[in-house]
Amino acid sequence: MNDIIVKTITRIVVPFVQVYGIFIILHGHISPGGGFSGGAMVGTSLILYTLVFGMDRSKKKFSHRASEIAESGGVLVFFIIGIIGIILGGSFLANRDAGFPMGESGALLSAGMIPLLMIAIGIKVASTMITLFHLLIEGEF
Amino acid sequence: MKKSITKLLFIVLFVMLTVNILRMPTAPTTDAPAYNDTTDHYIDHGLAETGATNLIAAILTDYRGFDTLGETIVLFTSIVAVASVLRTTKKKQEGEESA
Repeated sequence: MNDIIVKTITRIVVPFVQVYGIFIILHGHISPGGGFSGGAMVGTSLILYTLVFGMDRSKKKFSHRASEIAESGGVLVFFIIGIIGIILGGSFLANRDAGFPMGESGALLSAGMIPLLMIAIGIKVASTMITLFHLLIEGEF
Repeated sequence: MKKSITKLLFIVLFVMLTVNILRMPTAPTTDAPAYNDTTDHYIDHGLAETGATNLIAAILTDYRGFDTLGETIVLFTSIVAVASVLRTTKKKQEGEESA
């Protein structure tokens, strides 16, 4: 897409969208939102970047290698936290029983393993969206 | 013969679904099957047991964490399936051009 207006606006908007998406992911246990919605926002911002600046420049920001790591990493983090729950707390994905620090409810660092799981889900959803889009339009640009 | 059986099955299915829709509660009541002790437990003890002020996040990742793990695996499987079909390697593209 070779339009100066679209390119300039995208350059301004994309960082704000990404920061808001990361905010939604990190505050998933305090305010409405969470890993799925925040990850969708981050993924959508990268889709916008791909649409405007083309596949080649987008590949430099998010390569196939990065998507492989993000895809498997999201699920692996989930599994590892679950298994830590088995070892320390006796059941899969145990939170309070496994001794995760609870903190003061309402603070950013609270609720034990819930924020960690939210970050894992967010990475997973964002990379799923952008990888699907890249795979589907590959060769068109 | 086959077609008439199919039509009959569809009519039976339609009647079953219609009857069930008509039996649904029209106004929100506390007698609905979805409203049971579990709901009260989540609302009363959710904050104390998980420490998360967002009750939806508490249910999604703590009480129903195993279900969410399944959801992430569904996403992973979908990506693997699409990539195995659509992802093209450099070698393949060169081979197609020369052929």
